[in-house]
Amino acid sequence: MEQHLRSDHHGLKQKKARGKKRLAPYGLTAPGVLWLAIFFLIPMGAMLVLSLETRIPTLGFKNSGYQFTWHVGEYGAAWAQAHVQFVRSLWYGAIVTIVTLLAGYPAAYWIAFKGRHHKTTYLFLMLLPFFVSFVIRSLAWQFILSDDGIVISNLERWHLLPQGFHILSTSTAVIAGIAYNSLPFMVLPLYVSLEKIDRNVVEAARDLYATPRQVFRKVILPLSIPGIFAGFLLTFIPAVGDYVNNDILGGPNTTMIGNVIQRAFLNDQNYPLASSLSFILMVGLLIGILIYARVLGTRQIEEYI
Amino acid sequence: MDPTIDPAFLRGLTQRRLSRRDLIRYAGVGAGALSLSSILAACGVKSSGGAAGSESAAAFDWASQTLHHQLNFANWPYYIDVSHGTHPTLETFTQKTGIQVNYKPVINDNQAFYAKLKPSLEQGKPTGWDIVVITNGAQLSELIDNGWLIPLDLSQLPNFTANASPTIKNPTYDPGNKYTVVWQSGLTGIAYSPKATAALGREPNSLNDLFDPAVAGHVGMMSDNTELGSIGLLKLGIEPSTSTPDDWTQAATVLQKQKDDGIPRGYYDQGYINQLENGNTWITQAWSGDVFIAQQSGYPELKFIVPNEGVMFWHDNMMIPVGAANPLDALTYMNYVYDPQVAALMANYIWYITPVPSAKPIVEGLPGGKAVASSPLVFPDQAMLDKTHQYYVYKGVSDLDQWNNTFDPIITG
Repeated sequence: MEQHLRSDHHGLKQKKARGKKRLAPYGLTAPGVLWLAIFFLIPMGAMLVLSLETRIPTLGFKNSGYQFTWHVGEYGAAWAQAHVQFVRSLWYGAIVTIVTLLAGYPAAYWIAFKGRHHKTTYLFLMLLPFFVSFVIRSLAWQFILSDDGIVISNLERWHLLPQGFHILSTSTAVIAGIAYNSLPFMVLPLYVSLEKIDRNVVEAARDLYATPRQVFRKVILPLSIPGIFAGFLLTFIPAVGDYVNNDILGGPNTTMIGNVIQRAFLNDQNYPLASSLSFILMVGLLIGILIYARVLGTRQIEEYI
Repeated sequence: MDPTIDPAFLRGLTQRRLSRRDLIRYAGVGAGALSLSSILAACGVKSSGGAAGSESAAAFDWASQTLHHQLNFANWPYYIDVSHGTHPTLETFTQKTGIQVNYKPVINDNQAFYAKLKPSLEQGKPTGWDIVVITNGAQLSELIDNGWLIPLDLSQLPNFTANASPTIKNPTYDPGNKYTVVWQSGLTGIAYSPKATAALGREPNSLNDLFDPAVAGHVGMMSDNTELGSIGLLKLGIEPSTSTPDDWTQAATVLQKQKDDGIPRGYYDQGYINQLENGNTWITQAWSGDVFIAQQSGYPELKFIVPNEGVMFWHDNMMIPVGAANPLDALTYMNYVYDPQVAALMANYIWYITPVPSAKPIVEGLPGGKAVASSPLVFPDQAMLDKTHQYYVYKGVSDLDQWNNTFDPIITG
């Protein structure tokens, strides 16, 4: 009897402990949850509401504003108005990602494998220009690359460029500007994943008579895929939504979706249009990334994150 | 060797631990619950408040106002006289009236500044400003229509009545100067560098020069859609202030063709003047005062012209927002700047069009004032005034939306 009671008591204690344990995850995630809720989900919810609003019918400007009407038609209108800029932005983003990958991989590889005890110094040098605001840096490029600037005018004088050549206001200028600004976001994750590779594995591959090319293709590259994926996320998404580089370096036919959204929000105060454009952009990117993650394999990505 | 294992250790090994995956899942549930409530709360938010201001504005009682010897004045940068870090006309004002002026050049953009004022005005709260300076346009119409401006007592503005140029009295956007008086005005015409002259083989003189293939790829247009649309209308010979939506479509077609032909280098905001200075553009839509300043600061080769088809004449206006703490001080200041002596001092520094033509002989006597006084861009003569046109006044939001939808696709195409 006494034995029985004691075991009951023990069970209760265990139950209590389990209850506490069940709450623990919530406690641990609370800061993250609050952060997400306040700075991501609430604005997103508000934006979703805005995208379903329509103008309050009014004469003149008195009491002008928007009301919630479940009007989903704005999405169709937004797509019809800005699909060119959407496609263009995705296209620019893709080129930017490839360019930064091609430029960033050798740099990250070199720092990780040949940097020896100067790795931190090299990384710091890589980041040094980014201590200056990227708007200032882009404006500096605008100044340097202007038609009468030191670069273009001299190259024209030496007949290395045809007369009347210009680089500003072209797609090339915008893509180069974004690529330049996002290079460290590609290099840093690549460096981390390359740095993590066990040198014994590389050694083993060499011992098994793999050529340097095979070592890279069969060992190093696959092991650095998480870094490529992280670099892609950090480069592609901001690149697609970028609007500053086009503002500063672009021309009449390089408008990106970010510029359209900015104009709708700030200049025209057309909140439904701006919100639905933002939503289309977000959903489009999400789908694209999921497909990309499938292709690269989720296991490695999770491992990396 | 002890074959027994501590049961606690075994339990630890076999019990489910909190994995990262779980964390993410729990986080999702929690965040979902939180955000749902917030979205529901957001649904209840109306975008626009009531017309709390309109009644108080209509019933404004000037007779019971007294001076508080304090004035909060929001203006644009470089838009008042400066000498050794102070503003002489403001100092004289304080000496004469005892009113301390809190002068802040905080306005860079009509839309952005209006967006800051609007929430306070909607809730019937003071904006903190006694005078703000806003260009004639949609924001000004919105302020007037919502009753968010205090009607002026013109009987207390004798200097305005006596000295204001007839061109700025009783404007289309504020009939009878009920709510506003002009601070300064300006022209939107054409600026060009010698490169444009070389490419065209002559001096530019017409809006058509902005559309000429000879300068293709080096033409600057404005990203402000009112400026852009108005130029399109003027090119077609349509008076912007009386234009109709059909006219807008025609103008948009012309501007779209200009773009399709690869003529514009870009659509620029205030940065257009740098584009001209750096040689990216050779000919550009331009504001008169900017070119005058560029000429004095290292680019004497730049020129501003009034094209044959005409120029846009815009006005930056002083006004008192509803809820202002010191309306009588504001009115006193408005009267003060229409004193020709004061207007002359300011005109000699600002180089836009002063609203007081009788300041001209006084400017002539000021140091460096000869060039300013003789410039038709500061003191426009009749020939110049005959060429000026006024903006279309938006009648309401649907009107404005239509204008935006007509011209925005060109700029962001």
